[in-house]
This record gives sequence, C-alpha cells and structure tokens, in this order.
Amino acid sequence: MSAVTVSGSVRTDRPAPPSLARLAGVELRKMTNTRAGMALLVIVLLSEVGLMIGLMVAGDAEDLSLSGFFQIAQLGVGILLPVLGILAVTSEWSQRTALTTFALEPRRQMVVAAKTAAAAVLVAGVLVTCVSLAALANVVAPLVTDASGSWSLGGNVLGFAALFQLINVLVGIAFGLVFLSSPLAIVLYFVLPTLWSILTGLSSALEGPAQWLDLASTTEPLLEEAMNSKDWAQLGTSVAVWLALPFALGLARVMRSEMK
Amino acid sequence: MITVEHLTKRYGPVAAVNDVSFSCHPGTVTGFLGPNGAGKSTTMRMICGLTRPSSGTATVNGVAYRDLPNPGRHVGVLLDASAQHAGRTGHEVLTVSGQLLGVGSARVEEILEQVGLSGAASKRRVGNYSLGMRQRLGIAHALLGDPSVLILDEPANGLDPEGIFWMRGLLRDFADRGGTVMLSSHLLREVEAVADHMVVIGHGQIVADGGKDELLTQGGLVVRALEPSALERVLADAGVTAKATRDGAFAVESDAETVGRVAAAAGIVLLELRPADSAGLEEMFLRLTSSGPPSSDGPPPEVTRPVQPSELDREAV
Repeated sequence: MSAVTVSGSVRTDRPAPPSLARLAGVELRKMTNTRAGMALLVIVLLSEVGLMIGLMVAGDAEDLSLSGFFQIAQLGVGILLPVLGILAVTSEWSQRTALTTFALEPRRQMVVAAKTAAAAVLVAGVLVTCVSLAALANVVAPLVTDASGSWSLGGNVLGFAALFQLINVLVGIAFGLVFLSSPLAIVLYFVLPTLWSILTGLSSALEGPAQWLDLASTTEPLLEEAMNSKDWAQLGTSVAVWLALPFALGLARVMRSEMK
Repeated sequence: MITVEHLTKRYGPVAAVNDVSFSCHPGTVTGFLGPNGAGKSTTMRMICGLTRPSSGTATVNGVAYRDLPNPGRHVGVLLDASAQHAGRTGHEVLTVSGQLLGVGSARVEEILEQVGLSGAASKRRVGNYSLGMRQRLGIAHALLGDPSVLILDEPANGLDPEGIFWMRGLLRDFADRGGTVMLSSHLLREVEAVADHMVVIGHGQIVADGGKDELLTQGGLVVRALEPSALERVLADAGVTAKATRDGAFAVESDAETVGRVAAAAGIVLLELRPADSAGLEEMFLRLTSSGPPSSDGPPPEVTRPVQPSELDREAV
C-alpha cells in the first residue's frame, strides 16, 4: 500500500467552492459519458439526418434550402433532447449518484443550475451539428433534385430554433425535478400535453383558451419564424405553466428531499 | 474533527436518531457500532448534510458540512458503495469527481493505484464490479480530494479478508498521520481491530461511548487455577471479589499483580491470568440486536446516555 497523504489539522489551503462553469462542465460530461446519454445523442444525430433525407425525397423544391433542412431537423431534436434533460436529473436518483453529487456539492441549487447550463450548452452544440448537416444536405440536394438550394439562414431562424430547443429541454429538466424518476418523468412528459389537448378538444368553448396552454402549438410558430405579439403572449403563458411552475416545484422538492 | 450535538431525526412519531452526541478526534479511528436499523446511516447522512436533522447540530472541522467550501477537499465520504452509475467505468467515476474537486488526472491514477484498481479494472464499468471492488472504488473516491476527515458507512462490507486487512492498514495510517476517521459497522470484531474509540448506538440512542480499551477490558480479569476451590478461598481472604464462571475459572475485579501475589503466597498454580474479553460489550450488542425497537408512546427507554463502562459491565457479567 502506498502512502496516504493527510494534511490533518495543519492544512493551510482553503480550496474555493467550485464555480458554476466547473460544475456545468461536470454535468455536461455526466450527460454524455453513459451509454444512455451517448445513445440518445447518436439517435438525435440520426434523426437529423433521417429527416433531412426525408425532406430531400418528399419535399417541394422551394423547401429544399439551408433553412428548410435546418428547420426540419428541429422536429426530431425537439422530441429527443428533452429526454436527455429528464435523464440528466432522474438518473441521479435511479442510479443513486445524488448521494455523491450532493455530498461533493451541498449547494443543491448550484447543481440544478449547472444541469440547466449544461443543457443549454448541449442545445448549442446540437444546433451547430444541425447547421453543418443542413449545409451538407444543401450541397447534395441540387445535385440529385431540382432543389432551390438557397443558402439564406436568417438570425431569426437560428435564434427561434435555439429558443424552441431550450424551452423543450428545460421542460424536460423541470419534469425530471418534479418526479425524480426516469420512467414516470418521461411518460408524463409525453402524455400530459397530449392528454391536455384531448381533454380540451372535447369542448369547443375550451378550445380557444386551451391553446394558450398547449406548449406544442405555442412553440410551433418559433419554427415558422413568424411570431406576432399574440404568439409571444401564448408562448409566455404556456412556458409559465409547463416550465416555470414544475421547475419551481421540482427545485423545492430537491432542496428539501433526503438523499438515501 | 467531527462534533455531533443532540442530533435527532424523527420520521412521524418514530425517532430514528434520538438526541445523539459524540465527537471524533484527529489522529483516531472512531468505530460507530450498532445493529442494522439502529440509526447509524441516518446519523452519518445528517453529518454530511444529506438528511436534514429534526433538531441538533453536526459539524466537521468546526463548520456545518453544508457550509464547507468544496467539502470533498475536507471530508471523504463513502455512504453506499453501490450508489454509483453502473454505466460508467471506475476511472470515469473518479475523473468526474476529480473535475468537480479540482484535482488533476494524475491524482486519479495515483488513487486507483493505491486501492488496487489500476489498469484493466479501472476501465470496466462499475455495473460489472464485485461488491468488494465497489468498496475499493468508494474508498478511492473518499480519498480523492486528500481530505483530513473520513466518514465511511460499512466500508468492509463485501471485502474479502485480504481486503479487510488492507483497509485496516489504510485507515490506521490515515489516522496516524493526523486524520480523523469515523467508520460504522454492525460487527463488533471488525471495528475492534482498527478503532481507538467506540460509539455504540441502539434504537437511535448512544448506549456506550469510550476508548476501545476502556470498553473492552472493563470485564476485569479472568483467572484459572489448578485447584479452583483453594483459589476462591484465598481470594476471598484477601478481599478480592471473585465470581465463578461456567467453565471453572473466576472473573475477578482486581489487577493482575494482586491476584498473582495472592496465589503465589498460597502456593496455588495458576493456569490462566488475563484480562477478560469483551463479553460485556458483546452481550450488550446481542441484546440490542435481539430486542425490538422501543414503542414510541411507551415509557422512555431504560438506557440513557451516557452510560459508564462499569455499568455496562455489571449488566453483562
């Protein structure tokens, strides 16, 4: 056995608490260094490629452009990335690593903030791959189809897509925080909004107001890069209900819960 | 240095930990003993800020755990060796924590080497580890930040005899260099081999707290003679209390020299003269294990803190 170094009571250095950037780096690594995390990212990538090929085969000529390929890829990413957000939180409980995580960083709100920041970095990374793949598709498309091949990609397209993905992945994190269980959070993440549409669809009087809380339809204009003031109001309302509320409840639960 | 003062944790009407106070000092290994369900793990989780106490306080190096900046650099914690992501390799588990602690990758290699998990073992997924390997990884994880305090919950669980021997040496060495070690166990013998100090918990309350020698040798002496009746007579004449044990020896409350001189003066041949073993502590332990938990609304438990070692002894002999 080699020596154990112990500074004991004579230790003089006072290590600083880890910064948010360092914690976010740790969380980003934890999101991607497991088989589940890696597999999800590969599936995200495959979904981007698949959707772009699908558009190339079946799409109208005027949609076969850089922004067209970019936007079609957002649909797949928007479904899959939130699962990564859910798992980033719930795997700490299913694998019981929360015991270690919170022993090393007792400021639990910092851990949650780091997971949120890491998710944002991941969204940015995924968008970069989307743009790259869309560019590749836009090179190939005119060779095999009568594509327009337009290279215009407005700042709005990028910004709105980033907002769209960020909202979705944060809703995933919020659901993870509330339920602290992978299967429960994943199932309810997909079922609850659908259930809401079905229930409110039963009554024609409810249909109008219900749209304000239907996240799928309030985020849709973000991908059509046309947001009017009513769209923004509806988006804000639905984000408050599906993101801010569960996030606040979940954070409170994590702050109070006992690690076993 | 770990200081626990009047720590209590209630779950509804049940007090899992009830007014527990003790301290662990630098340079010593403290064994935290108790049967399963006695409140050991709950107490350790409260010290580490993972469970909020109903009342009372716990500090590490004078500061509440939650207020330690980068606590992994002060306290090495192993609460459950199985609480690691099964899909990460041993090396990756330590690398991730090392990144958080701010220690380099050289430290990760060094510590893997130290616990005997370097090379191929470090590249296997934790899900494929044996319990013994997980314990080694857990100990590596606790040591990673070069802490001055170690808090280990049942660290010997799943280790083979060689591993247990190795761990004892490691903990002894850590304490001898000025570190504070607190380790829990439900096995008296396991703790006896390494601890200087023992804290015994039963039904959420401290029932014994003292130096190991103090607790284990409280049973006085055992003396055996070729002619037991003659020995009993001369001891009684000398005013030494002697109680016959089942196997023909005597338990005496005196020192070895007095007993030896009395026997020598009478020309009695002694076959055995030694400190009594830890029967007292062991018996108390068995009693804690066998009896059910005290009812919450019944009379207060008969054992209150602190219990003097001599009292324990008399109860047991």
